[in-house]
Amino acid sequence: MALVFAPEPPLEEWLGELDEWSKKSPGYFVGRPIILDVSALPLDKDGLAALIANLHARDIRIMGVEGTKASWLSLGMPPLVSSGRAAGAGNVADIPPLAAKPTAKPDAPAANAPTANGKPAAELPAPALQPAQPASHLHDKPVRSGQSVIFPQGDLTILGSVASGSEVVAGGSIHIYGTLRGRAIAGSTGNASARIFCNKLEAELIAIDGLYRTADEMEPQFRGRPVQAWLEGETMAMATLS
Amino acid sequence: MAKVLVVTSGKGGVGKTTSTAAMGAALAQQGKNVVVVDFDVGLRNLDLVMGAERRVVYDLINVVQGDAKIQQALIRDKRVDTLFLLPASQTRDKDALTEDGVSRVMDDLRERFDWVICDSPAGIERGATLAMRHADLAIVVTNPEVSSVRDSDRIIGLLDSKTAKAERGERIDKHLLLTRYDPVRAESGEMLKTEDVLEILSIPLLGIVPESEEVLRASNLGAPVTIANPMSAAARAYSDAARRLTGETVVLTIPTDKRSFFGKLFTRRAA
Repeated sequence: MALVFAPEPPLEEWLGELDEWSKKSPGYFVGRPIILDVSALPLDKDGLAALIANLHARDIRIMGVEGTKASWLSLGMPPLVSSGRAAGAGNVADIPPLAAKPTAKPDAPAANAPTANGKPAAELPAPALQPAQPASHLHDKPVRSGQSVIFPQGDLTILGSVASGSEVVAGGSIHIYGTLRGRAIAGSTGNASARIFCNKLEAELIAIDGLYRTADEMEPQFRGRPVQAWLEGETMAMATLS
Repeated sequence: MAKVLVVTSGKGGVGKTTSTAAMGAALAQQGKNVVVVDFDVGLRNLDLVMGAERRVVYDLINVVQGDAKIQQALIRDKRVDTLFLLPASQTRDKDALTEDGVSRVMDDLRERFDWVICDSPAGIERGATLAMRHADLAIVVTNPEVSSVRDSDRIIGLLDSKTAKAERGERIDKHLLLTRYDPVRAESGEMLKTEDVLEILSIPLLGIVPESEEVLRASNLGAPVTIANPMSAAARAYSDAARRLTGETVVLTIPTDKRSFFGKLFTRRAA
């Protein structure tokens, strides 16, 4: 999946924001496939070429351009693309709470049988008509020291521990079924409703939508416990998952 | 089928070279054809620990660069005749190692030996990545302290991504060797507990080698501890680990030296 840039006028301001963003996460865009959506910009042919050159100067390479005329894209410029995705790209997968797993009863259908409601509630909902883009990523190995797992498109689930000196970054929420000893950065693309869940909190740093807390600033009662963290306005709230 | 084993750790001074020598000797004593290869170009030590420093003529770099044949560089151990050493160069640095050359040497060694044991340099740079490059399995040497554990974790990540086997999509077997373990200090909480290390690294435990003066004494004598003093606690730990490596099931215990046991007895009497 590619990252989509959708600049909004005024362009100067948008570029300023972009610079600020790259300053916070240097190298974030290097080697990343990026699509430029210019449908919101009142650009002419030269303006578009200037914008692409401008991004090039920031080491951002554009894979394709969306929302313009194919004839405006001369040789040496990225090709025109059109995405078939629905607009609801901000949707994040609804992950059941941790407690749901142990309470599932294996003998539920048998218990249901004698009741009036004969059918077990196991019927699957009708599949959605269009195959939705999975806005979640599953990493089924431990994250080792020095590694980073980055998924700006949505939620990130880690099966295993996140080691000291490693980082996991997600545009949406982060779920860690193991011990979090490294850094977890949720809502990295500006999503204040993202949350961080982990089976055991030993983190060096956690951050949501740019707001961060280091190990020193975390209340000691959360150390070593299953914890979730979220944003309440401009403060980070934490609670144990019982 | 020959197996290439890399002994690695990330951190320096945890016992890679000592463990390479001891494991190599232990496997050779069990009748296997073994070569230990020193990848620590520029800071070679394995020849000293193996007691072969006076017999080095050609080294790994000469072979990698095609200046010498592999037979000319291999040094046969005087005590165990199925044990060989391929020394590193002390005058060159790690840049002298080329990917192709190392690959050629490894293929050649695979045909001659049952076990090719590569002693990795510390760090995560060229020397270390080339040492692990062709490995089928790895021993991660770790001390029970936080910095060693974190560095080991980093190395495990590299083993899973930078080795030829990992790049082919296969899994490289990783084994944890916990060295310089002090049961007394572990009990009193001054050291990380074995369970904690295992929980963090989540790879199988190959053995626990107790901190022992015998290891130091053996190194200074120029003999792997499994040859110098086979009955010492450390030597028994290494030979058990070697047997586990060949697929035998050996119950994992933490061997202790008799002397320290008596020592304890005496102090108790004195008290």
